[in-house]
Amino acid sequence: MFILEPLLETFQTGSGFWNPVIWVDAIIVALLIVVVLRGFGNKEYKKKTGQTQAFLSGNPEYEKEQMHIKSSNIYWGFTESLKWVFDSLKKLHTGNISDYSLWFIIVMAILFIVLIMGENLVGAI
Amino acid sequence: MNVADLIDLLLQHSPALIVAIPLLGAFITPLISRLNDKVRNVFVILTLGLTASLVFLLASDVFSGNIHTYIFGSQDLALPVVRILFEVDAMSAFMVIISVILSLIAVIYSWSFMKENTGLDKYYTLILLMTAGMLGMELTGDLFNFFVFLEITSISSAALVAFWTNKAKSVEAGFKYIVISTIGALFILFSIALFYGQYNALNMAMIASAIQYTFLDKIALVLLIAALAMKAGVVPMHMWLPDAYGKAPSSITFILVGATQASLYGVFRVCFTIYGGAINLSSISVGWILVIMGIITMLLGVAMAIIQTDFKRLIAFGAVAEIGYMLLGIGTGLVVMLNPEMTATGLAAMKGGIFHIMNDALDVGLLFLVAGAIYYATKETSLNKLGGLARNMKYTTVFFIIGLLAVSGMPPMNGFASKLLIYESTYHLNPILSIFAILSSIMLLAVFVKVFHSAFLGPALPKFENVKEVPKSMLIAMGAIATIIIIFGLFPELIVNNIVEPAANALINYGDYIREVIPSFTGGA
Amino acid sequence: MIFNIPFIAVAALILIGLYAVIFKRNLIKMVIGITLIESGVNLFLITLGYREGSIAPIYTSSPGGIMALPVPQALTLTSIVIGVAVLALMLSLVIHIYRHYGTLDARKIGGPEE
Repeated sequence: MFILEPLLETFQTGSGFWNPVIWVDAIIVALLIVVVLRGFGNKEYKKKTGQTQAFLSGNPEYEKEQMHIKSSNIYWGFTESLKWVFDSLKKLHTGNISDYSLWFIIVMAILFIVLIMGENLVGAI
Repeated sequence: MNVADLIDLLLQHSPALIVAIPLLGAFITPLISRLNDKVRNVFVILTLGLTASLVFLLASDVFSGNIHTYIFGSQDLALPVVRILFEVDAMSAFMVIISVILSLIAVIYSWSFMKENTGLDKYYTLILLMTAGMLGMELTGDLFNFFVFLEITSISSAALVAFWTNKAKSVEAGFKYIVISTIGALFILFSIALFYGQYNALNMAMIASAIQYTFLDKIALVLLIAALAMKAGVVPMHMWLPDAYGKAPSSITFILVGATQASLYGVFRVCFTIYGGAINLSSISVGWILVIMGIITMLLGVAMAIIQTDFKRLIAFGAVAEIGYMLLGIGTGLVVMLNPEMTATGLAAMKGGIFHIMNDALDVGLLFLVAGAIYYATKETSLNKLGGLARNMKYTTVFFIIGLLAVSGMPPMNGFASKLLIYESTYHLNPILSIFAILSSIMLLAVFVKVFHSAFLGPALPKFENVKEVPKSMLIAMGAIATIIIIFGLFPELIVNNIVEPAANALINYGDYIREVIPSFTGGA
Repeated sequence: MIFNIPFIAVAALILIGLYAVIFKRNLIKMVIGITLIESGVNLFLITLGYREGSIAPIYTSSPGGIMALPVPQALTLTSIVIGVAVLALMLSLVIHIYRHYGTLDARKIGGPEE
C-alpha cells in the first residue's frame, strides 16, 4: 500500500522549513499561466524570409564558428578586473610534484604550531 | 531452512561478504574474460549487483539502531591484538551505500564508453579491486586494516587513472596521484605506530576507550588529519585532484569521487570516534581548524574553476569546492559539541554535512558522466572548441541541466536541501561563514552556466553535424543518477530522517561505538 | 642513550626521504626518496616491539627468557609487501613517462595545459 503521508512532510531545518512538493506545484501553476498567455499571441509568421533572421544591430553576420562566444572569453570583465587574484592562483598550480609535497609539509607544520604550541600558550595564559 | 533463516544468516555474515565478493570477483574476472567480452561484462555487473543487495540488507538493519560487528580471529575480547574487527555503525552504512552505487553505475556506464579500448580485462579487475578497497575502508573497525584497504584503493585507482597510456598527460597524472597517496599513507602508518606503542591496541574502539591526550597523541592527531585531508582534496594540498580527475576516463573519475569521500570519512572517524573522549580536554578546538580549512577550500575551488577551459578539469575544481561544504558542516558540529545550549544547531549542521556527502557524490558524478558522454561523441575536451550540441544530444542536455541545478544548490534538487541545512546552522555559529557558503554557491552556478553556454547553446557548428546521441548504456547510467537526484530533492525529509540522522547520531554518540566492543565503558555521549 | 639510536635513525631516514622528494628534480630520485620514508616507518614499527634483553619471538627450541613482541613484525611484513607493490607501479609509470617525454625532469613534464 502506498503511504502518501511521509512523502509530503515538510523538511525542517533547525530554524526554517522547505517543502519541495508545494514549490513544484507553484512552478507548474506559473508555467500554465505562461502557456495560456502565450496562446494569445500571433500564430502566423513566414519562415525563411527576413522575419526569422537574427538581428545584430545592423552588423553583418559572420560564419558560425566566429559567432559563438568561446569559453575563455565569457566572463572577461570579471576575470580581467580581478587579474591579480587569478594570475597568482594560476602560478600556484605548477604541476610539479615536489611542490605538492611541499604544501603537505607546510600544512602539517601549521597544524603542529596551532594545535601543540597554541595549547601551551593558551594554557599559560 | 526457510527464507527468514537464510536472510538472518546473510545478515550475520554480510560485513565479511560485502568485502569478499568483489575481491573474489576481481580474481575470477581475467579467467572469464578469456571466454567472451559480453559474458565478462555481465559477470562484473552481477557481482556488483549482489554486493549492492547485501549492502542494502545490512544498511536496513543498521539504520534501525543495531551496530553490527564481525570478528576475524579470536572471539575472546580480553586478549589484545589477535583479531581484526569489522564494526558497522550508521555512518559506515551510509558511506557503503554511496560507494557501491557509484561502482555499479560506473560499470554500467563503461559498457559502451570503453568498448573500443583494449586491455579491458585489467580494467574490470581493477574496478572490482578498487570497490573492495573502498568498501573495506568504510566497514573496518581496526586502524591498521584501514591503512591496508587505503593502500589497496590508492594503488588500483592510480593504475586506473593512468589507463589511457597512449596519452602523456594521463600517465603523468597517475604518477602524481600515486606519489601523493603513498606519502600520505606512510604518515598514517607512522601515527598508527605511535598509537600501538602507547596503548598496545590497534582496534579503534580500544584506542578510543584508553586514550589520554598526551603529547604523542597530539602528534598522531596532526599527522592523521593532514594526511587524510590531503587524500580528500583539501586546499592547499588539493593540486593532484584536478590532474587526476581531469585525465582519467570518465567512469573512473566517477568512482574516484567515492574514494576521496572515503578518505573524508576517515577524517571524521578519527576526530569523532577515536579522539571522542579527548577532544574536550583540548583547549584549541579541532572543529575550528576543520571549519577554516572548509572555507578556504570552498573559495579557492570556485576561484580556480572560473578560469578553466578544459571541461573535466573545471568540474574537478567544482568537486574541490564541494568538499569544503562537507568540512564546514561537520566542523561546525564538532565546534558546538560541548556547548549544551547549541546542540540543535550542531545536529543540524552535522546532518547537512553528511547529507551533502551523498548529494555531492551524485551531482558531481552526473556532471562527470555528461563530460564523458561529450568526449565520446565529439572527441573534444576543450570548451573552446565545443558549441551548439543541444540540437544533436537532447538527453545529455537534460541531464546536464539537472546536474547544474543540483550542484549549485537550486530548488527543487537535493543540493538545495543539504545546502539549506548548512547555511542555516552555520549562521548561528558565525554569520560570515554562511555568507561565504552562499557566495561560493552563486559562483558555482556562474561557472556551470558558462559551461552550459559554451558546450550546448549557440549556433550549430558545421564540424558537429554528424554527432549523434550516446549509446543506451550510458544514457541508462546517467538517467539512473538523475532519477535518484530528483527523488532525493522532492522528498528530503524522508531521506534525512531515516538515513542521515542515524549517521549523525552515530558520530556524536561515540560511546555506543566503543560499548559494542568493551561493554563496561562508561562516559561518552 | 644507546637505546635511542634506532629512533634517531628513524627520524634521519624520514627527513632524508622528504628532502629527496621535495628538493630533487629527477623522478627516479623522488621514487628512491619515497622508499627511504617507507624504510624509516618500518624501522619505527619494529623498534617499538623491542624489550630489553629479549630474544627473537620463536618458540621452537628457544633458550627461554623474554621475547620481543611479534605483532609489530607482522605489521612490518604487510607494510613491506605494500611498499613493493607501490614501488613497482611507480617505476612502470616512470618508464611510460620517459617514453612520452624523453626527459625525467619534474619541472619540464609538469607544465600547465596548453
